[in-house]
Amino acid sequence: MSDITSQSLFELTSNIKEKKLSSGEITKAFIDRAEKSKKLNIYVTDNFEKAIDQSKKFDSNPNFDLKLPGIPIAVKDLFCTNGVRTTAGSKILNNFVPTYESTVTQNLWSQGAILLGKLNCDEFAMGSSNETSFFGNVQNPVGENLVPGGSSGGSSAAVAANLTPVTIGTDTGGSIRQPASFTGTVGLKPTYGSCSRYGIVAFASSLDQAGPMTKNVRDCSMLLEVISSFDQKDSTSIDYKRNNYSKELSKDIKGKKIGIPKEYRVDNMPDEIEQLWKNGISYAKDCGAEIIDISLPHTNYALPTYYIVAPAEASSNLARYDGVKYGFRSPGQNLIEMYEKTRSEGFGDEVKRRIMIGTYVLSSGYYDAYYLKAQKVRQLIKKDFDDAFSKVDAILTPSTPSSAFKIGEKTNDPVSMYLNDIFTVPINLAGLPGISIPAGKDKNNYPLGLQVIGKPFDEQNILNISYALEDKINFKNDISDWWLSE
Amino acid sequence: MSIDLKTVKHISKLARISIDDEKANKLKGDLNNIFEFIEKLNELNTDNVQALTSIAETTLRFRKDEIKSENIREKILKNSPEENKDFFVVPKVVE
Repeated sequence: MSDITSQSLFELTSNIKEKKLSSGEITKAFIDRAEKSKKLNIYVTDNFEKAIDQSKKFDSNPNFDLKLPGIPIAVKDLFCTNGVRTTAGSKILNNFVPTYESTVTQNLWSQGAILLGKLNCDEFAMGSSNETSFFGNVQNPVGENLVPGGSSGGSSAAVAANLTPVTIGTDTGGSIRQPASFTGTVGLKPTYGSCSRYGIVAFASSLDQAGPMTKNVRDCSMLLEVISSFDQKDSTSIDYKRNNYSKELSKDIKGKKIGIPKEYRVDNMPDEIEQLWKNGISYAKDCGAEIIDISLPHTNYALPTYYIVAPAEASSNLARYDGVKYGFRSPGQNLIEMYEKTRSEGFGDEVKRRIMIGTYVLSSGYYDAYYLKAQKVRQLIKKDFDDAFSKVDAILTPSTPSSAFKIGEKTNDPVSMYLNDIFTVPINLAGLPGISIPAGKDKNNYPLGLQVIGKPFDEQNILNISYALEDKINFKNDISDWWLSE
Repeated sequence: MSIDLKTVKHISKLARISIDDEKANKLKGDLNNIFEFIEKLNELNTDNVQALTSIAETTLRFRKDEIKSENIREKILKNSPEENKDFFVVPKVVE
């Protein structure tokens, strides 16, 4: 049997069910490795003591019918966890201990999983490199001083470094798929309305979705099956019949029509990414899929649209952080001064920048020119996809325009940081499901990902296509454990 | 169009975030760069396009109007920065 922490979720659940491993052994193995991996700065808050107790409790009375029997899992620190500090990577929530549980994490615990701890992320999920976190940047296990992507950077790094078997992140403009691509892991953003937003610290409510981040496609299907559910507590949760994603997982994609959008061939895209895309296309053909050239004419307008819609929603959502009911408070002579000082000291620069953008585009005299305009362009972007999906079953693109970059490389230029999400943002604007799978490496040996985009609620199809491609690509992440300490 | 220092300060007032002059100047530069990038949308004619207001094509659900009385006062006050019995405390508002 291979080392416990390098096993997939599928292997771990099989080994538990066959009584080859106990929940206690598995939980201890992940905790031991985390203790030696502090250099990566992946955990904001650990739950190790309680996790050990819970694993012992599971072992004394195991229920092997559950989908995640005694499996320890760490989650992004954006999910509210009852009694366990939840910070959203922000000083303003540094001391916040929720008295309720997010629906998505509750779904994990209801299927037997055990909380290992809370993972670092960009502040309020605003960032593409995990550098906006109040708790400092995360190291990408792929290489020293490399960003792990963001905003779910602690999550992607934790999966790649074998600190959790699987995890869940959130994705507003690429925050699951881009870090997955940067770390050689798998990340799926489900259709808007699939996974409940209840108890997730809100960023941009019309775009936010939770999703699985895993070592491989099969694990991804297993985890999606657990977290995707209709929830009365989320007014935009959609009541539809979800698949048994892991049971229905199949490599048979013969006859599937896969679209290749010409607009995703952007200026200055490295040759390696062009080559990666070509390889993906030829693998899809080998699997019997039919390749069809398509056009998504408004692709170039997606990022500017996103940088109006997302900050506008964020500025409204973050109005609740006023130092009155919870979170950080800075004292003031009067109420207004208290608000202004609390928010000035409690939020980091990127969050303030986005609140300012959002406040501006919603302010009197600018609403029509910016916000309404963006909502109209969003309609055009959605229509591009509607048209494309009348001809194809799925769309294949690169996940990101580059591989992981160095820590500090893009922090002084917000626009160049935003360009990271050029291939992922349109999918959030259109509410579609998208998955990133590791597909190759660049000249530095850093991972690169391919993205498969599906029709609404067609997660099974993009999982199956990814499963077939994964088999052909046969990606191996060679991570040297350079950060381990004794 | 460019955003001047006065506008930056006005937005910060609306957003209830106090900023000093140095920060305001830095923000002015950042915001202008970002809006230059956003102005690209003006290339598109959207006169006859309906704004997309909800991506999930469903209407909001109704639920039964039921009393679900649960005493959650303690839970709600648990995270308050300053509390006094059953109230949130803020600086004096009325003279």
